[in-house]
Amino acid sequence: MSIAEDLLEVNHLKKYFPIKSGLLNRTTGYVKAVDDISIQIRVGETFGLVGESGSGKSTVGRSIVRLIEKTEGEVKFKGINVYDLGPEELRKLRPQMQLIFQDPYSSLNPRVRVGDAIGEALLDHGLATRGEIRDHVEEVLRSCGLSSYHIDRFPHEFSGGQRQRIGIARALILNPDLIIADEPVSALDVSIQAQIINLFRNLQETRGLAYLFISHDLSVVEHLCNRIGVMYLGSMVETSSRDELFQNPLHPYTKALLSAVPIPIPKLKRERIVLKGDIPSPANPPLGCKFHTRCPFAIGRCKEEVPEFRDAGGNHFVACHLA
Amino acid sequence: MKNLLEIEHLSTHFTTEEGTVRAVDNISLRIRSGETVCIVGESGCGKSITALSVMGLIEEPSGKVVEGSIHFGDKDLLKLGKNELRAIRGNEIAMIFQEPMSSLNPVITIGEQIIEPLMVHMNMGKREAQKQAIRLIEQVGISRAEQIARSYPHELSGGMLQRIMIAIAISCNPKLLIADEPTTALDVTIQAQILDMLRKFKQESGMSILLITHDLGVVAEMADYVIVMYSGKIVEEGEVVELFSNPKHPYTRGLLKSKPIINQRQDELYSIPGQVPNPLELESSCYFHDRCDNCMAICRTDEPALKEITIHQKVACWLYEEGALHVHS
Amino acid sequence: MSSMSEISTGKVPKRTPLKSSIWKQSMHRLFKDKLAVTGLIVVIIMFIACFIGPIFSPYSANKIHMNIMNHPPNMRHWLGTDGLGRDVLTRVLQAGRISLTVGLASMILSVFIGTLLGAIAGYFRGIIDQIIMRAADLLLTIPSLPLLFIFGALLSEWKVPTDYRMYIVMVMLSLIGWPSLARMVRGQMLSLREREFMQAATVLGLSSRRKLFHHLLPNIVPLLIVIATLNIGGSILTESVLSFFGLGVMPPTATWGNMIDAANNMLDFQNRPWLWIPPGFSIFVTVIAINIFGDGLRDVLDPKKKR
Repeated sequence: MSIAEDLLEVNHLKKYFPIKSGLLNRTTGYVKAVDDISIQIRVGETFGLVGESGSGKSTVGRSIVRLIEKTEGEVKFKGINVYDLGPEELRKLRPQMQLIFQDPYSSLNPRVRVGDAIGEALLDHGLATRGEIRDHVEEVLRSCGLSSYHIDRFPHEFSGGQRQRIGIARALILNPDLIIADEPVSALDVSIQAQIINLFRNLQETRGLAYLFISHDLSVVEHLCNRIGVMYLGSMVETSSRDELFQNPLHPYTKALLSAVPIPIPKLKRERIVLKGDIPSPANPPLGCKFHTRCPFAIGRCKEEVPEFRDAGGNHFVACHLA
Repeated sequence: MKNLLEIEHLSTHFTTEEGTVRAVDNISLRIRSGETVCIVGESGCGKSITALSVMGLIEEPSGKVVEGSIHFGDKDLLKLGKNELRAIRGNEIAMIFQEPMSSLNPVITIGEQIIEPLMVHMNMGKREAQKQAIRLIEQVGISRAEQIARSYPHELSGGMLQRIMIAIAISCNPKLLIADEPTTALDVTIQAQILDMLRKFKQESGMSILLITHDLGVVAEMADYVIVMYSGKIVEEGEVVELFSNPKHPYTRGLLKSKPIINQRQDELYSIPGQVPNPLELESSCYFHDRCDNCMAICRTDEPALKEITIHQKVACWLYEEGALHVHS
Repeated sequence: MSSMSEISTGKVPKRTPLKSSIWKQSMHRLFKDKLAVTGLIVVIIMFIACFIGPIFSPYSANKIHMNIMNHPPNMRHWLGTDGLGRDVLTRVLQAGRISLTVGLASMILSVFIGTLLGAIAGYFRGIIDQIIMRAADLLLTIPSLPLLFIFGALLSEWKVPTDYRMYIVMVMLSLIGWPSLARMVRGQMLSLREREFMQAATVLGLSSRRKLFHHLLPNIVPLLIVIATLNIGGSILTESVLSFFGLGVMPPTATWGNMIDAANNMLDFQNRPWLWIPPGFSIFVTVIAINIFGDGLRDVLDPKKKR
């Protein structure tokens, strides 16, 4: 039974958003935002989910915590099927599975003091009494690199980096086992990004957290993650351990992504795969392999046959006819 | 090579409820023809305001260019009247922005929006301008040009729109293209396409580019000459290879070290402690002093001047001032 | 752990130590808006004059003096006397009490009903939302003035005692006032629900009660204050119109509306302007002042109307 060691198990998750049009508001099609995604995350592990805009990576994160209701598939957290839970049971489970948002500005209520924003969930879940809360909040603020005198301030008094720390503290105080981080550093400046990345890492070491780290930035993902999955138009195209993925990428899309990341070394000669065209609309994805319209190596078979997501050896999964 | 653009002692200030923000504080820079100059820095460092000042797009009365000159060829842009400036803007100097969607009119077709500047600045007839517009759309790597010309901005993706913006920008063969974070809102694979295209146009037409970005990777790929800004001031500038291989200012060094690089894994990223100072509370000091690993007594009290330390590099840091160096060691 | 101490040097900017809350900031900005402050001062003066003024008046508002009928303004009666020999100034101030009370009370009532129903509809959605909003739509489709006229006529028909009429008018005004308010509150709730900080609240597993009272409602309060303020002006106007037609608060209880009724009489209109100009002017000044103040509040509190 692998369930015992997997903290989170996502099996064949699908999320289709209906497209409605016309006078009668009839469903005329579906945006297949997430189309058959499977992920396993073990205790203390970091799984990186990489993809460009429209790849559905954020939808995966939100479907796991049921901010969005799935269309099909199952999400198991500690062996519990998250979608079998009633509203109150789900609410009780939530502290163990937290989400950190991309935008540190919009994810904090402007009218709630920082101390309250961090402590209120403890109160609601009965995890601490009113008298104990301040101590808990101070402790978690400290471990997130803020000080106790920040407690009575309002979010607008903080910079972006500090707000993201507040967001992390708010999740952390519940002592979660899994944190889903949805592009947590992409709204931040470079020098602040490094601070937050280090914070994520240190917290993992001291608290044994598992992360699902969603990002478009391969260099950040490489720095933090043990296993990495690459998504394209709602489907997983490649999953493998970090070292394997960066040294031996098998899918042409992964290769192109890797070669497209600008590297801060001037006049560096490297082979670059520049992809043609735009990402197709997820409402109308190409038939066959979804990547074939932009793939520099596409052959006839790619246009007709959906490639199987298979193990290419050593737990390195890829969905490509050519790999 | 001749200087195409020469900014001398430019200062742009903004008045807010809480006080005056010196968004751009006495900066000088020059761009030679055919050169790509990158201004790099974090949000609020004044890089975009510099670009807007050049374009005469600072909105009064809240913002104002209070000092300096901006020479483009033999004209001082700050002394030109509205009409003279308009004749240069979009014609000899073109600009593209981070959000292409907000710079295009949502109710006018793409084609019309490309045709307009052609008719105004290039004195083309409608028929001729239409043909040229199709050619331009093809030039920026969009197939089905005629269909695209008839569509409206909301029907296109961000990458497509940025291409259209570039098509509009290059339509009048500008001598200088100012690009303010042109790829920040785009995906990496699209960013790669756009950067490739900008490089290609630059080679073909010999135009200069002033590229404003926060991404050191983009800088390394595009720049000939790099300017690093912090809190409204230039802290370091230099020829690109020199600056990246031998950064002098502690801020530049910190920035380069704190960016994770693919296939160069570190256990712990270097991170610059603290945060950018409040622009309203800047006092006479090196503005970076409270985040600096090498902070000395003088850094807290006196502002270092931008000085040439090699032919290729200038830096504003007390570490490289002769008198101060002894204090440090 | 060395990086931890290195991180913690983050400081809060020094510039905002005192005016920390959004409220204080908003008020600070409001007091910079000279027009709004003028409006507020006028409203306050009006309230003080109407509620305290009559105490210092040597005259009674309702006592009839047949010997001093229709005197023009003079040293003893600054605004003259009316057809029954009552001091007009005293009556205008007394009337102001009623008009302002009716305006204020019906505002409070309609804001209460509107917010409650709007919040319920917006938060719970589904069938409750449908029922509440269709009821609101129904009320909004009926022209309110004719409806009030019918009500007023019915009240007269049923011979409702004049003392009670004032309260009934308040209830009538709030019954026609709540639907538009409920709509606005509901709309605000729906858009707040989609905000990321509400999603964050869901992920934290906060209870419905906390989400509603600690997160949603505090974000609606600024909008409510603005609407409520502007609403007072509207209520005063509507009450005046009703009373003018003799369908609202009835004489001898004076309101600004039934005092202007004097203008209905051609003789009074042409020859005794001191009978109808003071109440008319009071309505005009009060409503304008309230609206100017409300606009100023909106500029400060409603983030969508940022300059």
